[in-house]
Amino acid sequence: MTDHTGHTRAHPAEILAPNAWGGMSFQERMATAEFRIHHQPHIVVDGKVCADCSTRECVVACPANLFVPTSDGGIVFNHEQCFECGTCYLVCNREGAISWHYPEGGHGVVFRRT
Amino acid sequence: MTARSVPTDRDVDVVVVGGGPAGSCAALVAARAGLSVVLLERGPFPGSKNMYGGVVYPRILDELIPEWWNDVPIQRWVTRRSTMLLTETQALTVDFRAGAWGAPPYNGATAYRPDFDNWLACHAQAAGAQLITSTTATGLLRDSAGTVIGVRTDRPDGDLTAHVVIACDGVNSFLAKEAGLYEHTDAKHFTLGVKETLALPKHVIDERFGVRGREGVDIEIIGATGGVNGGGFLYTNLDTIAIGVVLKLSKLGAQQQRPEQIIATLKQHPAIAPLVQDGELKEYSAHIIPEAGLTMMPKMTTDGMLVAGDAAALCLAAGIWLEGVNFAMASGMYAGQAAVEAVQANDTSAVGLAGYQRRLSDTFVLKDHRKLRRAPALVLSDRVQHLYPGMVANVVERMFRVDNPNPKPGVRRIFNQERKRAGVRRRDLLRDGWTGFRSFG
Repeated sequence: MTDHTGHTRAHPAEILAPNAWGGMSFQERMATAEFRIHHQPHIVVDGKVCADCSTRECVVACPANLFVPTSDGGIVFNHEQCFECGTCYLVCNREGAISWHYPEGGHGVVFRRT
Repeated sequence: MTARSVPTDRDVDVVVVGGGPAGSCAALVAARAGLSVVLLERGPFPGSKNMYGGVVYPRILDELIPEWWNDVPIQRWVTRRSTMLLTETQALTVDFRAGAWGAPPYNGATAYRPDFDNWLACHAQAAGAQLITSTTATGLLRDSAGTVIGVRTDRPDGDLTAHVVIACDGVNSFLAKEAGLYEHTDAKHFTLGVKETLALPKHVIDERFGVRGREGVDIEIIGATGGVNGGGFLYTNLDTIAIGVVLKLSKLGAQQQRPEQIIATLKQHPAIAPLVQDGELKEYSAHIIPEAGLTMMPKMTTDGMLVAGDAAALCLAAGIWLEGVNFAMASGMYAGQAAVEAVQANDTSAVGLAGYQRRLSDTFVLKDHRKLRRAPALVLSDRVQHLYPGMVANVVERMFRVDNPNPKPGVRRIFNQERKRAGVRRRDLLRDGWTGFRSFG
């Protein structure tokens, strides 16, 4: 995956792990959609607010699997392959944990065959 | 058509935010009436941010684009509609075909939204609207009295003033929220739609789904989403098929099931697997759906501003009727008409813009929603989702099972036994039946 400046960006290891269903890794799945990545994250997660959240619905619900729990109880978030659907902030029950706005014009997901 | 000069105290007459079906129809109507119109789209082209569960019902376009079917970029005309009820091992399908739906004026069509939305935006441009892409509206401009007088964009010097702002900025509508038109946002009013577009050769799709030429199939599925309340869909494009699920947000996290996992389970169902076999994933996509109808709708109008389409929660998710693009096009069109009236009368206050609410109320847009106001909750209720599919499928299985040497049992007896086995109380069944009858009858 490359961003708009041509730099290759790595995924958190968790997202790279192939899953058992469909014979396709999650990374391959996400590679079917086009993303014009902006360096500025359009979603900001406040790890301090997340730290004592036990439900963590964003981790399960995000269709792009962008929220990954870390071993120290935090959450790693990657804005780059976001569908801009809004699921994360809608399921979140912690005020201020997720700040969400649309990416810069012309950036983000570009659907072709939906 | 009047040749109205550029307004003196504002950059343009109307700013429409969002180049989806609502925004393009609003812009088209306003531009055609001679108003100066800017249509803002945050994606690189209209439709690039949009995804849906598959069928457009374009008859509302008769008013705007006569014989729209001659150039609308659709995939297939839906001539076959199935409703499927699944359990883990059973499937009951009601299958309907209508030959008339394959000829003008047609009924529904499958289409890629980037194609369809772009086409509609081109019509708005042809009417004189100025389309500006790759530009996000980041907030509202208001005067000291609180009247909306334009939008701020993420372009340098990107403030754009207008007499009327029409917010068609989608289900997350930050503009409607900023304007205070939503009392609150509640996760239980939304569903998440996830979809896979799978490539298959056209002749394979034709054979598997029993269609020819541009004929297409739309299948709605209940009982397909495991413990998460929702529904499934499967429909044909020309040389792809689309399969997906719609999932109640408030249940998704609680069930600890991931969206793509639920699609994968659906694809493995014995009734679905042969239809999707060997389909190569071309695009995975997701979008939120405002599911709760009247329960969640915002105020549609404030001084200087109207809200249309998904931004106004104008999406009909009523089980056997799943419509959104037509509600978006209609509300956009009526918003455009109300804006024209208001600008021409020099009163763009909420009072001057009241023609919008009146049009919504007098047409299918709110009439359908009022009639079906109980349907969304019923369709997503735990009984309809988790108890009735198994009960009904078992009744049908026992009706058709030849269990010789035992004689055939009566249908009523089977039904009562299966009702008890499913743990469905008679009075709940009657109550749901009555709700369904009042909604759909």
